[in-house]
Amino acid sequence: MSDATVDPRFRRKPPKRPLRLSWADERIRGIVWQILVVGVVGTIFYWLWSNTAHNLEVRRIATGFGFLNREAGLPIAEHVISYEPTDTYLRALTVGVLNTLKVSIVGIVLATILGTTIGIARLSKNFLVSKIASFYVEVIRDLPLLLQLLFWYTVMQGLPGPRQAFHPTEGVFLSNRGLRFPALEWEGAHTAAVVAFIAGIVLTWLYGRSARAKQMADGQPRRVWPAAIALIAGLPVVVWLAMGAPWTIEWPALRGFNFRGGANVSPEFAALLIGLVTYTAGFIAEVVRAGILAVNQGQWEAAQALGLRHGSVLRLIVLPQALRVIIPPLTSNYLSLAKNSSLAVAIGYQDIVSIANTTLNQTGQAIEGIAIIMAVYLTISLSISLFMNWYNARIALVER
Amino acid sequence: MKHVLRRSMIRTLGAALIASTMALPAVAQQQPAAPAAATLDAIRARGTLICGVNTGLAGFAQPDSQGVWRGFDADYCRAVAAALFNDPNKVRYVPTTAQNRFTALQSGEVDMLARNTTWTLSRDTSLGFDFPAINFYDGQGFMVKTSLGVRTARELDGATICVQPGTTTEQNLTDWARANRVNFTPVVIERLEELVTAFVAGRCDAYTTDVSGLASTRSAQARPADYLILPDVISKEPLGPLVRHGDQRFSDLVRWIHFGLVAAEELGITAANVQQMAANDTRPEVQRMLGRNGDLGRMLAVDNAWLVNVIRAVGNYGEVFERNLTPIGIQRGPNAVWPTAGGLQFAPPFR
Amino acid sequence: MSDITLNAAAANPEATPRNPPVATTGPIAWVRENLFSGWLSTAVTLLLGYLIIRSVVGFVDWAFINAIWSVPVVNGVAQTQSCRELHGAGACWAVVTEKHRFMLFGTYPYDEHWRPAIVCVLFVALYIVSAMRRFWNWTLIPIWAVMLTLIGILMWGGVFGLSYVPQERWGGLPITLILATFGLAFAFPLSILVALGRRSNLPAIKVLCVLYVELIRGVPLISLLFMASVMFPLFLPEGMNIDKLLRAQIAIILFAGAYLAEVVRGGLQALPKGQYEAADAMGLTYWQKTGLIILPQALRLVIPPLVNTFIGFFKDTSLVLIIGIFDLLTAGKTAIVEPAWQGFGVEVYVFVGLIYLVFCFAMSKYSQALETDLNRHSRR
Repeated sequence: MSDATVDPRFRRKPPKRPLRLSWADERIRGIVWQILVVGVVGTIFYWLWSNTAHNLEVRRIATGFGFLNREAGLPIAEHVISYEPTDTYLRALTVGVLNTLKVSIVGIVLATILGTTIGIARLSKNFLVSKIASFYVEVIRDLPLLLQLLFWYTVMQGLPGPRQAFHPTEGVFLSNRGLRFPALEWEGAHTAAVVAFIAGIVLTWLYGRSARAKQMADGQPRRVWPAAIALIAGLPVVVWLAMGAPWTIEWPALRGFNFRGGANVSPEFAALLIGLVTYTAGFIAEVVRAGILAVNQGQWEAAQALGLRHGSVLRLIVLPQALRVIIPPLTSNYLSLAKNSSLAVAIGYQDIVSIANTTLNQTGQAIEGIAIIMAVYLTISLSISLFMNWYNARIALVER
Repeated sequence: MKHVLRRSMIRTLGAALIASTMALPAVAQQQPAAPAAATLDAIRARGTLICGVNTGLAGFAQPDSQGVWRGFDADYCRAVAAALFNDPNKVRYVPTTAQNRFTALQSGEVDMLARNTTWTLSRDTSLGFDFPAINFYDGQGFMVKTSLGVRTARELDGATICVQPGTTTEQNLTDWARANRVNFTPVVIERLEELVTAFVAGRCDAYTTDVSGLASTRSAQARPADYLILPDVISKEPLGPLVRHGDQRFSDLVRWIHFGLVAAEELGITAANVQQMAANDTRPEVQRMLGRNGDLGRMLAVDNAWLVNVIRAVGNYGEVFERNLTPIGIQRGPNAVWPTAGGLQFAPPFR
Repeated sequence: MSDITLNAAAANPEATPRNPPVATTGPIAWVRENLFSGWLSTAVTLLLGYLIIRSVVGFVDWAFINAIWSVPVVNGVAQTQSCRELHGAGACWAVVTEKHRFMLFGTYPYDEHWRPAIVCVLFVALYIVSAMRRFWNWTLIPIWAVMLTLIGILMWGGVFGLSYVPQERWGGLPITLILATFGLAFAFPLSILVALGRRSNLPAIKVLCVLYVELIRGVPLISLLFMASVMFPLFLPEGMNIDKLLRAQIAIILFAGAYLAEVVRGGLQALPKGQYEAADAMGLTYWQKTGLIILPQALRLVIPPLVNTFIGFFKDTSLVLIIGIFDLLTAGKTAIVEPAWQGFGVEVYVFVGLIYLVFCFAMSKYSQALETDLNRHSRR
């Protein structure tokens, strides 16, 4: 049964004759090779490990993760969860992980939008549009990301100070301290509304599925959108109203040196985000372009011949096929965006690398610090890989 | 055609393989570094001193347009090389970051670290180092733009403060802020020049580091009067070279080179007159220092004319200071020589 | 109903009164077709045209018309007041004029700069020769051997009357080129072994290769460089020490090896099964099959992605900035530490960026041309 997963070209009948202790026997050769390679690799690792243990002892460097519960004492500018310098290293590192996730998720969404736009623009019939798009792709991809990040950070610093901030509309300030804008004072009712919104999406999906199943049964198309609007938009509003409809806006104002109140996008975050998004979009654009070009013109024609409308052709015929080409390289672009966010350390956005770096500097525990960085990124990478593999398997063409 | 192509591919592959194996011995040039006890012998055997310095800090260590390392710390490396080899250029400078400086010294990648590092108890003990001498007394302060209207550090409540991460500076800042109930937003950037650029561009209200660093940054600005160094000094920062714990001979040598530079200033010995003083000066201490009398040099396991070589190469402490730090606007202050100028720098007796 | 009429009209142009045919050739037709084919297209063209002209004029003003190309140097200190008075209205190229040798060659002894300069030329020559298909045969071996030996002799010196220059003093562009080239030269053989191992039917070897590739590809290069910078010294026995540059080089090789292994594996997978089966049928051993049948075909398939991966490494070598190695970008940033030149970052970034752009652009154009060339046989 397990044979089914093995590449068929390696599937051989097990030899009838018993193992012969001879170099001519393929299985013996295989076993010897494996012992050899594993032995060499194992020896190297043992050697490195014993050196390390010896060095740590001689240099009296502490080991273990005990430092995680010590007071960190390092200031962090941006934190999704509450944080004070008196908190532990563990909390500081958690804040770092959340900051990495924040910039990665926002970056992936924006880079997909921008990349798709540019990829389509490269196929535009308008000469200027396609030339600008290809110029953009060529230049962005040929410059090191680190250089681009440093450049964007320099640009951010060119904005005016808080007292001379751009003030386009009530409550919005753009200065070298970042972009300040009014924010909702968050209360329980808002959390409930968000939960209701997510529930609405799930219910819509379930409803859509059953509607499609019925259409398959009797051929009658059913409208999904009225229910969708009611569930996705109506449900959160009802919940919010039921909980007293709280609605207080926090307005930012210049007090002392800085703006207080409202929400803020810091220049470091903005520079990192812009750098990551513009850089990755250059790669995604190529992926999208290749995907669209990969769909045979005949598919369009055949779909139209079946009498499908333009939107349906796109949705049912072209996109699924283009996506199959697009998804694998898109995944690796998402992965590299997440990994590239580690360059934040160069421009002062406190992601996991920056905070782990400071931690290992203060505690002297280099091995633990770097192990934490690697573990975090491995987890992120594997999660994105697994999700995209699942999605890819779902939309893959079932062959033969 | 296809056959030829295939064969040429094998050849390309083979070429790459062979070329890479040939290059291996060229790149893998390992330098067996000495265990801690024999640093001095290892330096002598190698013929050069390997000195860990900053990647670029104006006044302390920084390569000039011709790629020659200049600065206060670089001159200390030069002085040690002069004492050992009578040639101040027998130094290899290894730029180190705030992060890898200690590993570099611990692992023997460098012989000594002259990288404006603060002497603290934990660095002296648990990191396994020795601080032979304090060559620069410093303290942490704040700099703001004059237009901000701030006069003392306590008024900085609510401010955005630029600080370099992973240094004692960062910890001092949080300690101070907590003690004084000052709230601040940090901007932490690892590379110093980026940090300074951010402060100058107005990203932060205040910039904190050692006062010497503040002065150097301030003097570098087009209009230094636009910047104000606040009077508050929130920490002690004794800076000095550091070596591995365990080799007392090397540690002693570095220590007495520093004292020799200080004593030379006190006694008026300069790069210009050191030869002549070694020959003619009648003061007994000068004669002992410059090797005409006694054998102080041999006690340190170097040539008896060691201090002549050092001073001829870099000058006395005052000259080193004035050449590197005065141009960037740092006053002598506590680093004046005692007792002649009433500062903290003084040398124990040379006898 | 109206829908149908419209469609019909579009489908049968004969049904409507016929206009004189529109010119379909010539510059005017080209412009109409490619720039003003509809109201939306026209609007976009006009808007973009305006923006392009605005930014080109602004750039020319900044980079050429208002720029300052050199400043006087008094007592070794550059007088940059004239640059500062521009307040960003023009570029201060004086920083490049003054510091270009430092940015290109770092702390290499000033009088010996001709040596790294020749090294850069040799590297470029090496790339060009390796890129020519005429040299894709045994002659490449002596060429690489001679070139790399020459590069080593020039950089280190110590023979033929050249003074010895230790590795710490190397810097700038040669470091970038060395890290990228040696990284590829060593990672490539490694990656072939790993790719073969990953497709092997020996479970232990397969697991090892999969672990290596997935672990390395799952973490950012920066963490490997940190490892090389602060952890590597702990891995080695006391007293043994590896140069910082070499440690970074090893990190880059390990990193590149994992990515290249996936590229090579792509090539192995793309081969038709028949090739494997035919080789087996002929009774070839594993190494004969791999060396004579599989690899020559698979590697030919992966040359274009290989060049693209190489472009990636070439750019990624700039990350050694974070561990304090003097590559091109670090040298550029160090050049503006000197008080007189602080604040002229944009000019330096433009200069450094142009160098990267020239190299990467040339390589990516080559890769595209090669791809077209190699795929010619498969096109009808």
